[in-house]
Amino acid sequence: MTNPVQPVPCKILSVVQESETEWTFRVETDVRPQCGQFMQLSIPMVGEAPISVSAQGDGWVEFTIRSVGKVTNVIFQKEPGDLLFLRGPYGKGWPLEQFRDKHMVVITGGTGLAPVRSMLRRFAAEPGLVRSVTLVAGFKDEGGIVFRQELEAWRTPFRTIYTLDKGEKEGWRTGLVTEFVKEIPFTTFDRNYAAVVVGPPPMMKFTGLELLKQGVPDDRIWMSFERKMSCAVGKCGHCRIDETYVCLEGPVFPYTQARYLVD
Amino acid sequence: MGFRIEAGLADEILRELKKSYQIYAPKRFPGQGRFAETDLIRYDEVSALSEIVFDEKSDYPAKEVITPIQQAIFYFTEEEYRASRGKSKPILLFARPCDINAQRVQAKIYAGNGGYEDLYYTRMRERVKFVLMECPGGDDTCFCASMGTNRTDDYGMAVRPDGAGGLLAEVRDEELLPYFSQAPAADFTPAFVTENETAVTPPEIPDKETLLKLKAHPVWQEFNGRCISCGACTLACSTCTCFTTRDVVYGDNPEVGERRRVSASCQVEGFSDMAGGHSFRPTAGDRMRYKILHKFHDYKARFGDMHMCVGCGRCTSRCPAYISVTATVAKVNAAVAEIRGALGQ
Repeated sequence: MTNPVQPVPCKILSVVQESETEWTFRVETDVRPQCGQFMQLSIPMVGEAPISVSAQGDGWVEFTIRSVGKVTNVIFQKEPGDLLFLRGPYGKGWPLEQFRDKHMVVITGGTGLAPVRSMLRRFAAEPGLVRSVTLVAGFKDEGGIVFRQELEAWRTPFRTIYTLDKGEKEGWRTGLVTEFVKEIPFTTFDRNYAAVVVGPPPMMKFTGLELLKQGVPDDRIWMSFERKMSCAVGKCGHCRIDETYVCLEGPVFPYTQARYLVD
Repeated sequence: MGFRIEAGLADEILRELKKSYQIYAPKRFPGQGRFAETDLIRYDEVSALSEIVFDEKSDYPAKEVITPIQQAIFYFTEEEYRASRGKSKPILLFARPCDINAQRVQAKIYAGNGGYEDLYYTRMRERVKFVLMECPGGDDTCFCASMGTNRTDDYGMAVRPDGAGGLLAEVRDEELLPYFSQAPAADFTPAFVTENETAVTPPEIPDKETLLKLKAHPVWQEFNGRCISCGACTLACSTCTCFTTRDVVYGDNPEVGERRRVSASCQVEGFSDMAGGHSFRPTAGDRMRYKILHKFHDYKARFGDMHMCVGCGRCTSRCPAYISVTATVAKVNAAVAEIRGALGQ
């Protein structure tokens, strides 16, 4: 019998500092996650945590990790050549087939950019995949900005609104992402669009409400949830909301379902 | 086949069975109850028939044998993970119908949910043959008849004490039959409880709008002042499956250790806290709502065949704040009636 929670050792290929507290680890592996899926990262003697895949390529995946927990704090002492232990990928990612040929609106708060990054990279690399991309990315302050180079590069192929909750920065706006939802030109999208929202729970709640206020139908909104998980395979119970397991049916949910997922 | 087994022969049979089986049954631990001069009844290995408690419900469920409170799932040496191997000796597990039916629930989650089969559950469950203990009627916290868990045919053998230190037994399992060759045949099939002192009607929640309103209903707030979030109810629950993993380093050698699976309780604050500090369900009322709705709505909404609660009543018996699950469900039903009335349903 196979053990669905058996971690596999994988070599760290590179470590890049993204912000004051966030680092991106590129890890050697043959797995090919869907955009928006997550994996369980673990370190013997320390523990295990679910982390979304923030980019992927031939023979590697990337994880963008914030130094906030017991597991992630130890990951930060790792260097290229060291081992991380992986299992997965798990869950359901972004429904790319449904997004094909649509105008895409992507709204992120902080590291919420990580679970949509691999999808945005695909949109940038394959210009015909979707009609257009509008990216509204917000961060708490300048020190919290992640994927700086990509954000700058995306200003050309995408319509972008970058904002800081606090502080001034050239080329950036100031304010919460919810304040900029009304600037998204939904009327020009010919009712052929989808909106993706990822960030901390309050940000997703208020952005969802703001989208509805702007007349976006609830069946065109998608969200990705983050929850505590010990197993990621529907056993440990930590991520359950009603009859839904975020690890199995999520982390990506249509808003028609997400609006009922009250913890 | 039915048998009448005298006390002396019963112990001889147990001794023979122990050569091939580990035998677990509810056992009395004198003076270990939670009040002075009270006993605790919990599952443990037994060697003699007199050790098995037939006439009282155990304080803790049979699930402790199959899904222990903690177990090693991996051993680490430097940077290697090795799954724990587990034992292979089969187990005879004495249990009442509620505890046997509880394994249908645990199996749905551990062995089926999401298409993933949990190695640690399945390898243990496959070792177990149930010995059905005919239930003499439970106590005033029981409501198995309401939950449809008062009957079962998942047993290799069924027993009833004969009142003289021996047993009446029905042996169905071919592998067990040879052990009973010395026992005289007797007509015996186990009887099942058909009604309890207490009855529970699970709430009828017809749609998501009603569920949302029920989640926001003030009925849960009463528990903010009653429930102390100790988790005694989930530990005593026949069906609760939740766990957390914890890595442990051995003594003075930081290169060697194990990853443990440890029972977790949704009633204890911090159950769903994330590394970044975000918490969910911050009040005792929120957590009670989460547990009660799982037992009497959410599980069935997912798996369809039965409710998660098997009506063993142990949560009521163990609660230090005297919260009765029966009374709680009645309050929830009143709240649902109020919501449905307002919605014109």
